[in-house]
Amino acid sequence: MTPLALPQATLDRLCPMHARLDAMGRVGTIGPTLHRVLGGREYRTRHFSELFDIFRPRQITELAALLALDGRRLQVRLVGQGRETLRGLALPDASGGAVLDLSFGLGLVDAVRDHALTSSDFAATDLAIDMLYLVEAKSAAMEASRTLNRRLQGAMLAAEERAYTDPLTGLRNRRAVSQVLTDLLRRDAAFAVMHVDLDFFKRVNDTLGHGAGDRVLERVAGVMRELTRQEDTVARVGGDEFVIVVVGTGDRTRLAALAAQLITRLEEPIPLRAETALPPARISASIGIALRSPGEPMPRSGADALLEASDAALYDAKRAGRGRYAFFCPEVLRRGRDRRGSSDRREGSGEGSAR
Amino acid sequence: MHGLVARTLQCFVQDTYGPERWRSVADAAQLDLPEFEAMLDYEAQIVGRVLTQAEIELGKPRAAMLEDIGTYLMTHPNNERLRRLMRYGGEDFIDFLHSLEELPGRARLAVPDLDLPPLELTETAARRFTLVCKCSGPTRRGYSHVLAGVLRAMADDYGALIVLDLEAGPGEDEMIEIAVVEPSYSAGRSFELGAHGAGRDG
Repeated sequence: MTPLALPQATLDRLCPMHARLDAMGRVGTIGPTLHRVLGGREYRTRHFSELFDIFRPRQITELAALLALDGRRLQVRLVGQGRETLRGLALPDASGGAVLDLSFGLGLVDAVRDHALTSSDFAATDLAIDMLYLVEAKSAAMEASRTLNRRLQGAMLAAEERAYTDPLTGLRNRRAVSQVLTDLLRRDAAFAVMHVDLDFFKRVNDTLGHGAGDRVLERVAGVMRELTRQEDTVARVGGDEFVIVVVGTGDRTRLAALAAQLITRLEEPIPLRAETALPPARISASIGIALRSPGEPMPRSGADALLEASDAALYDAKRAGRGRYAFFCPEVLRRGRDRRGSSDRREGSGEGSAR
Repeated sequence: MHGLVARTLQCFVQDTYGPERWRSVADAAQLDLPEFEAMLDYEAQIVGRVLTQAEIELGKPRAAMLEDIGTYLMTHPNNERLRRLMRYGGEDFIDFLHSLEELPGRARLAVPDLDLPPLELTETAARRFTLVCKCSGPTRRGYSHVLAGVLRAMADDYGALIVLDLEAGPGEDEMIEIAVVEPSYSAGRSFELGAHGAGRDG
């Protein structure tokens, strides 16, 4: 085969980012795209190491060392042009010099923008343009995916919210309480569980109708919201049964005050809709309170155990008469297990009423 | 059917005729949800129903509507990304035509499960081309109309003046005769590579 002799224009089109180095390592001609990237810098007869910082696989400043790499992949920076890394390949020519060919590698997107390159700056066989296409297509597809994910996330949150909300009162529900208690126990926090059971609610329902009953429940929810803080949880867990989780406190005096206040407020007559001409509804409430302090050992079903404890205290309060509250103590539970048990008041069971 | 197709139909009606009209179409087509998601799959039957209801609601024959959809895809500001992707096809409109056979491959690069009908381009005389769409199966019927809308819009984009002629057959194939009257009739719209870098500017 005859030795290859190329017109410069052919090399320019085949490798628009090449630089020809003579036997002394000086730069002769360069391809049009590299010319553009160098931005008018004088390159002719300069030694390649003044223009190209070849730093991998090792620092190269001599032609002999460059050729000794025998076509290994080079990483190159343009001297004085920032950190942008080009990919390079250097091979000997027929007259003791070399051809150094460069490409943008992974910095392609930035390079195209920074140097305002167009598709004619790349060889037709170069996949660079396809890579740009792919980057854009991928971003578009990714964006569509993200949009879908955002919408699904929103729908999921809304569904979750519905699943944790009592539709009549807008309070949380039993499922939410279990979740909250489990979280608090995992964080080993101090908190109290107040189990509230309305007294005389059935009478309201029976004598004034279910509409009035609903009105009362809404009012009860309003009072509970008013007397608790944002971080507490107020839930309706049954027809006329509520649970309030008061976080960050084990202070009996404060909890007793809260319980007493709650009962007082709930005993206020609840006006029903004027047009129904019904008398105001009157109810009361009994409250059982269980405390949880950090570090206290808990059975695995801690949330259930606490609800059970507050329930036992509630039973105790009810038995002492309506409109009362009681704190749980282990004795209560023991008695709770045998609810026909005696009526003796144990010390420290901490009961009281709003009156 | 790919959600992108269903979503395109929805956005076309919404963006061109308003959300109210879309709601009417969705109601008439008895959609469970009046929203198509671009990244989900839908039964071709449902999409077909929407297309039929859109024809009735908008009082537009199917062929004309499909062509409008093609134009909408390339020209509406909401679809600027898609226009850019199409411009990767070539430097000028003739170049772009020659890249059309790559279109299904390019679509697959972007969205692997988006299956577009194969295309065959033949140059029949100077600046005259025949584009054959291999529209096998009922869900691909009418693809040449969408493509005609795309071609007209892209000719504008490149600033070329073209004349199109659509024919059916042979078989399920659909054919578009393209005459490029003037490749650079007007300045066209600008296209800079890398203007929408790796998610940099959305």
